[in-house]
Amino acid sequence: MRTVNSFIGQPIERLEDLRLVRGRGQFVDDLARKDMLYAAILRSSVGHGRVRSIDIAAAKTRPGVHAVITAADMGERVPVVPMRLQPMPEFEPFAQPVMARDKVRFVGEALAMVLADTPGRAEDALEAIAVDLEPLPAVSNWQQSARNETLLFEHKGSNVTMTFRAVLGDAAAAFKDAPYTRRERFSTQRHTALPMEPRGVLAEWNAAEGRLTVWGAAKVLFANRRILAKQMGLAETAIDMVENDVGGGFGARGEFYPEDFLIPFAARYCGRPVKWTEDRREHLMTINHAREAAVDVEIACRRDGTILGLRGHAYVDVGAYMRTNGAIGARNIAQFMSGPYRVPNIDIDTTLLLSNKTPVGTYRGPGRFETDFYRERLFDMVAHDLGIDRIEFRRRNLVGAAEMPHKLATITPFESKDELDSGDYQATLDRCLAEFGWAEKEKLKGKVIDGRYHGIAVACFIEGGGAGPKETARLQLETDGTLTVYMGSASVGQGVETAFAQIAADAMEMPMDRIHRVFHGSTAYVSDGYGAYHSRSIVMGGSAVLDAAGKLREALRGEAARRLNCGSAEVVLADGRAAAPDGKSVSWAELAPEPISVEGAFHNHKHTWAYGAHAAHVSVDPRTGHVALVDYVAVENCGRMINPLTLKGQLVGAVVQGLGGAFLEHLVYDEQGQFLTASLADYLVPTASDFPKIRGYVTESHPSPINPLGAKGAGEGGIIGVGGVISNAIADALQSLGVEPRDLPLSPPRLWQLIQDAGRHRRPVR
Amino acid sequence: MKLPPFEYACPTTLAEAVSLLAAHHGEAKPLAGGQSLVPMMAFRVATPSVIVDLRKLADLREIKITPDGITLGAMVKWREILDDARLRSAHPLLVAAVEHVAHYQIRNRGTVGGSVAHADPAAEMPGIVVTCEASIAVVGKDGSRVISGGEFFRGPLMTALKPDDIITEIRLPPWPAKRRFGFQEFSRRRGDFAMAAAAVFYDEDGGKVRNAHVGAIGVADHPLRLAAVEKLLDGNRIDDALIAKAEAAASAAVDPADDIHASGAYRKALVGVMVERALKSAAA
Amino acid sequence: MPVRFEVNGKPVEVEVEPRLTLADCLRHHLRLTGTHVGCEHGVCGACTVLVDGAAVRSCLMLAVQAEGAKVTTVEGLSRDEGLTPLQASFRRHHALQCGFCTPGMITTAHALLSEEPDCDADRVREVLSGNICRCTGYISIVEAVLDARSAYKRGGNGG
Repeated sequence: MRTVNSFIGQPIERLEDLRLVRGRGQFVDDLARKDMLYAAILRSSVGHGRVRSIDIAAAKTRPGVHAVITAADMGERVPVVPMRLQPMPEFEPFAQPVMARDKVRFVGEALAMVLADTPGRAEDALEAIAVDLEPLPAVSNWQQSARNETLLFEHKGSNVTMTFRAVLGDAAAAFKDAPYTRRERFSTQRHTALPMEPRGVLAEWNAAEGRLTVWGAAKVLFANRRILAKQMGLAETAIDMVENDVGGGFGARGEFYPEDFLIPFAARYCGRPVKWTEDRREHLMTINHAREAAVDVEIACRRDGTILGLRGHAYVDVGAYMRTNGAIGARNIAQFMSGPYRVPNIDIDTTLLLSNKTPVGTYRGPGRFETDFYRERLFDMVAHDLGIDRIEFRRRNLVGAAEMPHKLATITPFESKDELDSGDYQATLDRCLAEFGWAEKEKLKGKVIDGRYHGIAVACFIEGGGAGPKETARLQLETDGTLTVYMGSASVGQGVETAFAQIAADAMEMPMDRIHRVFHGSTAYVSDGYGAYHSRSIVMGGSAVLDAAGKLREALRGEAARRLNCGSAEVVLADGRAAAPDGKSVSWAELAPEPISVEGAFHNHKHTWAYGAHAAHVSVDPRTGHVALVDYVAVENCGRMINPLTLKGQLVGAVVQGLGGAFLEHLVYDEQGQFLTASLADYLVPTASDFPKIRGYVTESHPSPINPLGAKGAGEGGIIGVGGVISNAIADALQSLGVEPRDLPLSPPRLWQLIQDAGRHRRPVR
Repeated sequence: MKLPPFEYACPTTLAEAVSLLAAHHGEAKPLAGGQSLVPMMAFRVATPSVIVDLRKLADLREIKITPDGITLGAMVKWREILDDARLRSAHPLLVAAVEHVAHYQIRNRGTVGGSVAHADPAAEMPGIVVTCEASIAVVGKDGSRVISGGEFFRGPLMTALKPDDIITEIRLPPWPAKRRFGFQEFSRRRGDFAMAAAAVFYDEDGGKVRNAHVGAIGVADHPLRLAAVEKLLDGNRIDDALIAKAEAAASAAVDPADDIHASGAYRKALVGVMVERALKSAAA
Repeated sequence: MPVRFEVNGKPVEVEVEPRLTLADCLRHHLRLTGTHVGCEHGVCGACTVLVDGAAVRSCLMLAVQAEGAKVTTVEGLSRDEGLTPLQASFRRHHALQCGFCTPGMITTAHALLSEEPDCDADRVREVLSGNICRCTGYISIVEAVLDARSAYKRGGNGG
C-alpha cells in the first residue's frame, strides 16, 4: 500500500477541542426538550433496613409536582440491573433492584422518585415523602461480613457472592521446600473514579411511534440498550441511546445504573420527557465505588531472589449488590498479581463479600492498582530481607521478551485464561531509571535534609487492554468526497475522535481535513457496537476502522472499474481520485452520487499488554506525616502509538488519579453504614498544587501481534503502578524509623501513626 | 443540591437590614459573600426562610488604618485585604493568615465578617480574631455593641451573635512595627481548612519575650489562645530549647476529638509542631 | 423577581426565583451552557465565571445578586471563528481531555493572566488549585497557561 501520509504516530491536536475549549460541548445537562419534567430521587439515609411503608401522598400535592413513583408502580417484579461482565448465575440473587421495595441495603439506595416542573421543586418535594424504615444492624467491613451474623440477603445464608481462584503450576509444592518465604497483609481503601461531570439521563417517549430516545448514555451504549429494552418490554430497535459529550468515565460512568431505567420509565409513565442530573452528593453515594480490598499473601523465593510462587487470599468488599461489572476488580486482584513478572506457581483466591455500602464496579485499572500495590510492596520487603538490590530483584524476575506469549494464571470458575502478548519489560525499566536519574537519586536514600527523610522506589507494571469480542466502524463517503466516520466505540473524553480520524485518514490515504466528522457511541451509528472499557478503543475501534477502510476502498475500486471499464484490481486510488491504467480517472465524489456507506468490524478474544515502569522520589516530614512528591517518572510502551499527545495525556492523568488513591481519596462509612464523605470537601482529590512534578514518557516497539494496528490499549497503565511505587518510596525514606506501610491511603495522619507505632514495634529482618 | 426556597431582601441601609432580621425571629439570615452560607443551604443544613443580602451596605467595605488599630469593614473581601499594600506592614500576621484562606475564586467573594459569623473552628480569620484580641462591632435591634474576640466564638459554627445581629466591623489592635510573628498551617491540600494552625506573636524587651500571644486553630470547638504556652514564653529568651518546651506545652494544652480526617492524637501533636514552626519563623 | 445584568457584553433581563444560582440562570435561562456545574457546593470550580472582571464560583452566587453586574462566561471569552491565544494554547498543550472542567479553567486563567501576565508556575498552580480536573493531572494545563502569558503581556487582553 502506498503511504501518502502518516497521521498515525503524530501528536495531532484534537478535533474535539475546537468545541470543548469554547464551551460549546454538549453534555447531557446542556440539553432540553419541550415540556420536560425533572426527576429527583429520594435516597435511603439508612444503611440497612426493612421498608415498612413509603407515604407519598403529601409529596404529590407539593408545588410543581407532576407525579411520585415508587417500586409499587413497577409491576409485580421490580426490574433489576443485570451483570454485563462475568454474568454468572451465582450473582443473580445479588442483583440490585432499580428501586428498593422491601429492603434498603446502602445509604443512597433509591426509594422513590419525584417528577416536577423544576429541579428545585422536585428536590423540595422529597422532604414530604415519609419513609418508615425498620433499621437493621449494618455490615460495615469485610471481616464482619464474613462472620455471616447479619445477612444482606437472608435467604442466601451468606454474604459471600463468589470466590474466584487464580491458579498456575503447583503452588503447594513450590512452597513446601522453598528456601525463603514471607507472608504479609496489605489493604487498599474504598475510593472512586469521580469524573467531573455528574451523571445525567434525559429520556423521551414517543407514544405514537412507540420509540424511546435516551440521552446521556456512555461507555457501553449497545449493551445498555439491550438491558433497557428487556426491562421496558421494548424491541432494541425501538430505543435510541445517544452519546453526547461525556465528562469522564474512568470505568464508572456509562455502566447501567438504576437511573438508566428509572428515567426512561418515568418518561413513559408521565408521557413527557424527563431529565435527571445527579448532584455531587448523590454521585458520591451512588456511582460505583471501587478498590476496597485486603490480602493475606505469601511469596516463596530462592535465596538469589528468583520467585518460586505466590499464594494467598484476597477479600473484596463489593458493597450491597453485584452490579454490572462488580466482579472484575476482585478477579483481577488474583489473576494479575504476578504483573510483568515470572511467577511459575500461583494459588490466590479472592472472596467477594457484601456490605452495607454502595456497590462496586470497575475503576481505571480495576484490581490492578490494588494488586500492584500489594505485590510491589512485598517485593521491596523481600529484596531487603534477602540483601538483594531492589532493581536487581525485579530484573531477575521480569518476563523476557523472548518468553512471549507468556501464560498468566487461570481463573476459575469461568476458566478465564490469559497470556502476555509481546514486549521488552527490561527496556522500559531501563528507560524509567535513566529518565529518573536513579543512580544519582540513590544517594539520597534515607537521608534527612531540612528535617525531611528522602526515599526512592521503582515498580514495573502491565496493563491489559483491547478487550473483545468485537467492535464496529462505518465509513461513509459523502457526495462531496469527504468522509464521515461512525464508531461503535464510545468517547469518555479520551480523544477518540481525533485518533480515529488519524487512523481513517491513513487507511484511506486522504488528508485529515477531508474527514468530515467522527461520530461515536450512539446506537444509531452502527449495527452493533461495544464501547469504551478495558482500554480497547484504539485496538478494537481502530482495527474496525481499518477493516471498514479496506472494504470502502474495495467498493470504490469496484465502482471506478465499472465507470472506467477496467478490472477493479487495476484501479489506483490516490489523492481523492480513482485512476484506470489508461490514465482516465474520476474523483471519489463522482463515484458517490449517493453516499457510499461501508461497515467494518474487528473480532478479538485476546488482550493486549502495554507495559512500563514508574519511579518516585519522596521526602517525608515525620512530624506531620506529610509526603512531598519530589519527582515522578512514568514510562509506558504501547506497541504502536497512534497519537503520542493524547497517549501521554492518558499516562499523566492516570498517574495523578493514582496519587489521589495513594494519599488523599477515601470513601468512609461508620459502623452503622452511614456514609460520611458525601461532598468534595471530605472526599479529597488532587488539585493543581499537590503534585507539580510528573514526567511521562510514551514509547512504542514490539507491536502487539493480535491486531492489525499493532497497538495496545494504554489508558490505565498510569494508575496501576502508583500505589506500589509511592509506598515503597516512603518505606525507603523511613527505613531507619522501621516504618513499613501496608495500607492505603498514606495520608499524613495515617503515616504519622505508622511512624509513632514503629517506634514501639520494630520488625526484625530475617 | 438545589437551594431550598426563600424570600430575598436587599436592603440599602443597616437599619433596614437589622429590622428585617428582627422581624423574622431567627428565620432570616444575612448573606455576605455567600461562600459559607450558600454551600450550607445547598446541603439543606441551613434553610432560612428569608435571606437578607448585605451587598448594598456601602459603609461596611472600608479598611481603615490608624494609630488606634486596623478596622476591617465586615464586608471587606479577602481579595481586598491581599491587594491592600498598606496591610503588609500594618498587620503582617493578618495578611499571612489570609493568604491561606481557601482559593482564588472564593477570595474574590468571601468576606471577613462572613467568616467570623460562620465560625468554622478550622478557619483562619476567627483564629486571628482570638489571637490578636480583636473586637467585633455588632449592630442589632437593641443598638450597637462591641464583643471581645475572646468571648465571641462559643462552639463549632456558634457565636455570641443574636439572630438580629449584623457584624459591622472587626477591629484589630495596633501592630507595632518591630513585633515578631509567625503563622503556620497544615492542611491536606492547599486551600483546605486547617488540620491545625498556629498564629503567634510577641514583642521583645531586652532580648526577652514579652506579651506573647499564641493562638491555636482547628484543634478545638473554636480557636483558642494557649495561655500555658504564652506563660512559658514571657520573660524568657527565645531559643531552640524554649521553643521545644512551647511545642510540648501546646500539645498538652489541647484535647481535639477524632474525626474522619484525623485522630485527636494526631491533631494534638500537629498543633505543637505548628506552634514550634511559627515561633521559629517569628524568631528568625 | 426580575434581574437585569450584562452577560458577555449584552444586557439581559430574566425573571427568576431568588434561590436560582447564577450558574443555573446562565445555563438554563440564558442557554449559555458553556459554564458547567460539577458540585454545586463551591469546591470544584467548573462553574467559574467572571463577575465585574473577578473570577467567582457561579454556583455560590444567586442570580439576583448579579443585578447590575457585568458577567463574562467562557462563551464571552471565545471568538466567533477560531480560537483565542489562551484556547489555542490549551489545545496545543493537550490541556483538556473530557472538557468538562475546561470552561472554568479558561475563565480562571483569563482572570489571572489579565491581572498578572508575569505570573510564574507556582502562582498558576496556586490559582488553579481551586479548579478540579480529573483527566489531565494538571501538568499540561499549567504549561498551557504559562505559554499563553505572552498574549496578555503584549498589552493585549489575550484577544
